[in-house]
Amino acid sequence: MSVPSDKVGKRYPPLTYAVGREKIREYAAATGFEHPLHHDLDTARAAGYADLLAPPMFVVVYCASLFQAALFDPELEIDFAHLVHGGQAFSWQQPVLAGDEITTTLTVKDISERAGLRFDTFETVSVNQRGERTAVGTWSTIIRGEEH
Amino acid sequence: MGLEVGEQFELRVTPDRYTTVRYAGASGDFNPIHIDEQFALSVGLPGRILHGLWSMAQVARAATDAAGGDPLALTELSVQFRGMGRLEQEIVVSGEVQAVSDARARVKLEARQGDTRLVRNAQAELLLR
Repeated sequence: MSVPSDKVGKRYPPLTYAVGREKIREYAAATGFEHPLHHDLDTARAAGYADLLAPPMFVVVYCASLFQAALFDPELEIDFAHLVHGGQAFSWQQPVLAGDEITTTLTVKDISERAGLRFDTFETVSVNQRGERTAVGTWSTIIRGEEH
Repeated sequence: MGLEVGEQFELRVTPDRYTTVRYAGASGDFNPIHIDEQFALSVGLPGRILHGLWSMAQVARAATDAAGGDPLALTELSVQFRGMGRLEQEIVVSGEVQAVSDARARVKLEARQGDTRLVRNAQAELLLR
């Protein structure tokens, strides 16, 4: 199994995602987030928001294509047949609203091997159009060796 | 919103036949193991499986519900993914408050489907207000 630990520290070009009102409604409906702040504009505005509020886990929508791009980076030599998503962590800062533009940067934080398993960790840092941080993500994958 | 140490809570949800299809569209994750039964079987899976991040969203929902429903109450969530989630079988997310201080609560959670632990060692921080 290849373990290209010299790629730790690699950063990918930032990606900007425009948050749409209907995308928030679609994501919230698909995951069961029924709070009216995600669905009803009048409720959101009455609560002081300019537009619909994204559920916290909407972070995966604005980070996903960057994470996928990293997984497909040939320099990381990822064996997809044996890849599993082992863990995930997020911390949230500023709220995300429809109309926001969120820019995310992804960095390779760790590539290491233990007991025949390869552990990769990626970090995403996302900021809104005012430069305020919205979320930090830690994405952990495990690649099993052929013998596992 | 008051939460007390030791307080327990639970969320039950049953993904339907098309949950993974809707989630694929909503999230942009079209990995065929989630949406194509024949493909999933061909790679040795028991059938289409749930997206891990959908299951994590159910854990997030259980946590925000425990904080009174405020979506912004959730300030941190970490999970470990384990077993494969199946469609049309009930998932039980259970949580327990571990610590409360300065209007913040630390909560541990897990998600089970039958005998399978889908999400384990989940830790959330909730802002209480």
